[in-house]
Amino acid sequence: MTEIVASNPEVREFKSYPPKPRKLTGSSIAILVFLTMCAAFVAIPLYVIIVTSLKDMAQIRFGDIFSLPEVWTLEPWRVAWDEVCSGVTCEGVKIGFFNSIMILIPSLILSIGLSAVTGYALALWNVKWAGTFLFILFTAAFVPFQIIMIPLIIMSGIIKVYGTVWGVAIVHAVLAMPLLTLIFRNYYKDIPSEIMNAAIMDSGSFWKIFGEIILPMSGNIMIVVLILQITSIWNDFLIGLTFGGIGTKPMTVILANSVITSRGEVTYNVDMAAALLTAIPPLLIYFVLGKFFVQGITAGAIKG
Amino acid sequence: MPCVEFRNIAKQYGRVTVLDELDLTVEDGEFLVLLGPSGCGKTTLLNLLAGLIETTAGTITIDGRDVTEADPKDRGLAMVFQSYALYPTKTVRGNLRFGLSSQKLDKAEVDRRVAWAAKLLQIEPLLDRKPGQLSGGQRQRVAIGRALVKNVGVFLFDEPLSNLDAKLRTEMRLEIKRLHNELHQTIVYVTHDQIEAMTMATRIAVMDGGVIQQIGTPDEIYETPANLFVAQFIGAPAMNMLKGTLKVAGDRVTAQLDEVGAELDLSGHAFASAPENGAPIVAGLRPEHFSVGQTAESEATSFALPVRYTEKTGGDATAFLNTKSDNGLLAVRVDPALVAALESGGDLAVSFPASRINLFDARSGQRM
Repeated sequence: MTEIVASNPEVREFKSYPPKPRKLTGSSIAILVFLTMCAAFVAIPLYVIIVTSLKDMAQIRFGDIFSLPEVWTLEPWRVAWDEVCSGVTCEGVKIGFFNSIMILIPSLILSIGLSAVTGYALALWNVKWAGTFLFILFTAAFVPFQIIMIPLIIMSGIIKVYGTVWGVAIVHAVLAMPLLTLIFRNYYKDIPSEIMNAAIMDSGSFWKIFGEIILPMSGNIMIVVLILQITSIWNDFLIGLTFGGIGTKPMTVILANSVITSRGEVTYNVDMAAALLTAIPPLLIYFVLGKFFVQGITAGAIKG
Repeated sequence: MPCVEFRNIAKQYGRVTVLDELDLTVEDGEFLVLLGPSGCGKTTLLNLLAGLIETTAGTITIDGRDVTEADPKDRGLAMVFQSYALYPTKTVRGNLRFGLSSQKLDKAEVDRRVAWAAKLLQIEPLLDRKPGQLSGGQRQRVAIGRALVKNVGVFLFDEPLSNLDAKLRTEMRLEIKRLHNELHQTIVYVTHDQIEAMTMATRIAVMDGGVIQQIGTPDEIYETPANLFVAQFIGAPAMNMLKGTLKVAGDRVTAQLDEVGAELDLSGHAFASAPENGAPIVAGLRPEHFSVGQTAESEATSFALPVRYTEKTGGDATAFLNTKSDNGLLAVRVDPALVAALESGGDLAVSFPASRINLFDARSGQRM
């Protein structure tokens, strides 16, 4: 007779195996040392910035940058946010924070929207000269911004967006397009052609297929691109400096101004606090979306 | 009235010609299966009809309307794909609805059609699930449902069952056949599986190398294959092919088959053209038409050959006999009860009725 019971996992008893001993080999020690050095390279300056921003100037004057604060104070942070001078205005870096948000949102929408649609068209539709276009786009990715900056400023003046939030957003969108388009195109190339064929037979509409089928399948890659763009737009200095008007300078520009324009004694603690305040938003995004970021980068195939 | 008509179709990719001067007519309400090995152009032909690829030359008409240049969505077709091609982020209901998105229908009509298709395919409990939560068979039903809601005259199937396991395949075969019987739509169905073709088709078009080799009912294709390719492609185990030479002496026509060491009496054979003395021929003998042992039938050819091995598949058994040529094998369907008595190396006497012989011209490969 066949023993049916044996194959039932609830009845069957499994042997317990002892865990295998983990060996610490020479190569794993080398890797650990290397990684620790890499981490320290970033972590030690970061530590100095954080502790300095929490000290008062009396302690900073002694010069021991590694010591912990004797008196813990948040005063430098308040001053940096509210009072520090940038040029002639003394309202802290908070103006820059709101300006950066004002720049970030239209720039994100414009750059991601433009690149996603271009990538979708290049990957899934029969576009004439698609290969040539992609090649030119890819070449454009290697042109340094500084080279085309002055013509761009003149052009943005002609279309009357120079010095506005939209001017900055358009420049961000144009400069991000080569890389983002390639990312989107490569992601959409992996969508099974039969899904696309089915959609062409069902609807046939370029925008309807994009909106209803393709966009909902783009969650992973959207998060990758979102993180890339938020970081690069927020951390940008040059575009904000050259294309932003008086009232639309991003946080990085305000920060630089405020550090440069200190009179008399250099208030290191306020500078450090202002720098940290400027760096926080992209960091937060990494912490919140980091998990999806890794998933998005590794997500290859889409299973239907 | 012809429903789908291909006229003088050619398809080239660069300098590679996939299809050339192809003509095919699919009648209204017909279940036509395009059958052939991989790379024979059957899927290309289907995609040309669907409009997913463009023709190099020729015209395609559907219901008398020239659709050669029409958009896929405007051709009045519905298609079921091999990988189901369901939209992964939409529910089953959303998938069915999207199938109707090119037709401007009011909401009530859309809901009515979705409900009708869901009931017909018994997928009502699944309507709010995503494709990822469905089994293979359920996904296939949804894919068929998405085609059904469109309420068009012509359905295209591109190897829809090849991703299913054997049991489900049998079930879905019956299901598709049932739908065709109930709805009477024209179906063009592409497959490389001859069982699917034989069981479902009203007509089969056997393709090879971009050319339609034969078109006919499953029985015609099986019983009277038009050429060597069709004869060998249809049937499992494949038809036995024995080379020989015609001898014409007055009214008496015979062929000497060296591989089995027997002489075939072909006097009763209905030749398509007058037999020519000394012409090389190929005689095709189906494994199941052999009978074991000597028969009293005078028209039968008998011979005995040593058994190499036997294969038993449940209710069927096949004995493979060594022919006299190098490594030649002759498949003979035998009674499974007999298999135990057959031993490797021992002789098996078989006979074959002359009326069942398929005769081909060895030079042209055409039926004689």
